[in-house]
Amino acid sequence: MAAFTLKINGREHQVDVDPGTPLLWAIRDNVGLTGTKYGCGVAQCGACTVYLDGQTVRSCSLPVSAVGKSEVTTIEGLTGKEAVAVQKAWVAHDVPQCGYCQSGQVMSAAALLGLNPKPTDQDIDLAMNGNICRCATYVRIRAAIHSAAKTLEG
Amino acid sequence: MNLHVKSEAAATLSRRSLLKAGAGFVLATYVARNGIAYAQDAAAAKSVNIAPNTFLVIGQDDTVTVLCKHIEFGQGPFTGMATLVAEELDADWAQMRADHAPSNPVLYKNLAFGVQGTGGSSAIANSYEQMRKVGAAARAMLVAAAADEWKVPAEEITVEKGIIRHTSSGKQSGFGALAAKAMQQPVPANPPLKDPSAFRLIGKDGAVTRLDSVAKSNGSAEYTLDIKDPGTLTVLVARSPRFGGKVASFDAAAAKAVPGVIDVREVPNGVAVYAEGFWPAKTARDLLKISWDDSKAEMRGTAQLLEEFRARAKKQGALVKQEGDVDAEIAKGGRLIETEFVFPYLAHAPMEPINAFLHWKGDTASARYGSQFPTPDHAVIAQVLGLDIAKVDLKTILAGGSFGRRAQQSTHVALELAQVAKAIGPGRPVKLVWTREDDMRGGYYRPFSLHRMRGVVRDGKIVAWSDTIVGQSIMKGSAFEAMTMKNGLDSTAYEGSNEIPYQVPNFRCDLHQVDVGVPVLWWRSVGHTHTGYAVEAFVDQLLEAAGQDPVEGRLAMMADKPRHAGVLKAVAKLADWKGAKVEAGRARGVAVVESFNTFVAQVVELSMGAEGPVVHKVWCAVDCGVAVNPDIIRAQMEGGIGFALGHILYAQQPLDEGRPVAGNFDSYRSLRINEMPEVEVVIVPSTEKPSGVGEPGVPPLGPAVANAMAKLGLPRPTQLPIRPGDSA
Ligand code: FES
Ligand code: FES
Repeated sequence: MAAFTLKINGREHQVDVDPGTPLLWAIRDNVGLTGTKYGCGVAQCGACTVYLDGQTVRSCSLPVSAVGKSEVTTIEGLTGKEAVAVQKAWVAHDVPQCGYCQSGQVMSAAALLGLNPKPTDQDIDLAMNGNICRCATYVRIRAAIHSAAKTLEG
Repeated sequence: MNLHVKSEAAATLSRRSLLKAGAGFVLATYVARNGIAYAQDAAAAKSVNIAPNTFLVIGQDDTVTVLCKHIEFGQGPFTGMATLVAEELDADWAQMRADHAPSNPVLYKNLAFGVQGTGGSSAIANSYEQMRKVGAAARAMLVAAAADEWKVPAEEITVEKGIIRHTSSGKQSGFGALAAKAMQQPVPANPPLKDPSAFRLIGKDGAVTRLDSVAKSNGSAEYTLDIKDPGTLTVLVARSPRFGGKVASFDAAAAKAVPGVIDVREVPNGVAVYAEGFWPAKTARDLLKISWDDSKAEMRGTAQLLEEFRARAKKQGALVKQEGDVDAEIAKGGRLIETEFVFPYLAHAPMEPINAFLHWKGDTASARYGSQFPTPDHAVIAQVLGLDIAKVDLKTILAGGSFGRRAQQSTHVALELAQVAKAIGPGRPVKLVWTREDDMRGGYYRPFSLHRMRGVVRDGKIVAWSDTIVGQSIMKGSAFEAMTMKNGLDSTAYEGSNEIPYQVPNFRCDLHQVDVGVPVLWWRSVGHTHTGYAVEAFVDQLLEAAGQDPVEGRLAMMADKPRHAGVLKAVAKLADWKGAKVEAGRARGVAVVESFNTFVAQVVELSMGAEGPVVHKVWCAVDCGVAVNPDIIRAQMEGGIGFALGHILYAQQPLDEGRPVAGNFDSYRSLRINEMPEVEVVIVPSTEKPSGVGEPGVPPLGPAVANAMAKLGLPRPTQLPIRPGDSA
């Protein structure tokens, strides 16, 4: 066990865990933020997607000891115009079915729009293919990302 | 799934249940006092004196919360039930909410099953009248309350978009202000329902949006894995790598030394690790040294099973259906076509693996999780803990998908949950968590199945058809065996193969029902997952041999199947079908399957990539009777298509000497967004009773892909998945 200070959504949290503990479980079980999901634990599904200094990472496969002073953003702390546009589009298109993958989908989609405000279908494929949706809501994810991009155009 | 629980079973459960409200369904409406939601009012929930039936709560803030007796894991029952209520209540959509009803087999039984449960795409079908009546009764009671309050005749009162109004006196009110008074009104026995021509919400595109979209887009929706009641222990169980294996001995010394681990106990299913959080539990479980006793375990691998199945299929099995004389027709000559189709074990792999929460406090207990069959789950928890069922409450919460997995007729999760709680004793709550590997390797698969098809084409016509199925029963040995099996045969093994929509003069369907020690379960569309493929790929093959167009040829044999023909024509029109011919390396295939009284036809357009078929577009026509929520129907077709495509391309759970091999999405590949085709859906207008849409989008996709591949000169895949060697 070792003590770590994690900066999550702008706040510092002390956690006392084994250094190999994946960030996902520190976020969920120690900090108590449960919007970030577990789907595979092996960097396959993207349900655990968070940002590390603004970049998407798979928190299930990142040990707490490797986080250092980086800032972690989870779905609960997601802000900014891309995030707002994405979440509005998600609701407008009624994207979610079971919803369990959607925190990860929204995190990846907002990150994509931050980097590329007008993604093509191919850009969407590349940015989103690490996020599995077992309900296969992909048709709507694609449409919602295009809609969000439109609203960002103003 | 075809689940029909006889009323005796329901009655037994209900007699033992917390509410002795008498047999039968009594329509009544409970309107909360002071806006206190019934669902949170534990005292009321346990009392035997409360109103006999409760489906909605009207808050003082005018919100109308529908208590949904079906679990919401994506197929939209929250929105569906609320639509039915709001329509007759004349509520405004913005005031509607939904939550899960608690476990109560009398109040919340599925009218198709007789106990509380979700499945068989039955949510809308069994609730259509019931929930409309709830809305209509509540409306009548609110109107009566307003008439009393305002001293005006009830007939002069109107209700529109959540406003109760008496025009000539200028009086008006929302629902909340009159709710308490409405509750004192008698419940109308048979409130009149609207004529469909007056619907504002049912069947109206854009009239409603899903009630769960916001919470599911911002991370606030709560699933079982998210439960964090104080003191909760995370429990992981080490289970036998083979089905039927038992713990011979184990050494937990290293596991117990992991910081955060509270205890390690043997349970009937294996060895349970109790820890403060997932990671210590997982770390400790990996350190357990267990030797397994495999003397009663299933040791066969899928290669051996396949050999055995093949050998059996050479002979005729137990007769399911026969018309004319297939053998005589074969003997006459004509063109005999034979094909074998092999279908692998499939895991459901819902996005949220299995988990469940239970707080055993000694003389009472509370469970909370995504229970798809609350009635049997509830009884099992009470039984294991030795409590009267009235001392146990079970609340269903959102679940991250199911596809059939959470509908456990064996109640194995409830059982394991109660057993791990019992093993450590009352006090701290337990959260039983299955890892993805536990889920993939934990059984309850779509049964491994084989179809041996034979058909005769003579003079451009299909004159004989025979389908010999080899498969495992889902129902045998379950609590539902006696109720769901006919002549010892499980209809879920042949449904769809025994009644094909085509007129063929000589027809036979027979079944070898085999015992394998691998637990199997209904998987999104149940028997139709394989019978739909076998029938639709084979009819296409025969039509090809007969020189007929896949659409025209099917229609010519469907004279007495208007709804099948209806969706087939609709999809041909939508796709502008001009034959299956290849254009620029692309070909089209078609299939039509009825499941759960819903009719779906799909046309697939694909090309062959370097690694296999690439599906570009799917056109889909669906007839599900009255379409309650058109956008949810479209979403279920889209999702069903993606789910089906991922599985026919990549998915299988092979067994190596009895051990399931695939453990995660790297070895059990899932469809990803770059592989998702464009989808266009048309809903065929219908005035028939509404039927379900959660499952029926799945079956036609596989055979439509196979049939399109055939048009590119490739064989129709006879052993699924199409790309078995592929991992992610
Ligand atoms: S849980 Fe991290 S990628 Fe699946
Ligand atoms: S919405 Fe269910 S897994 Fe994506």
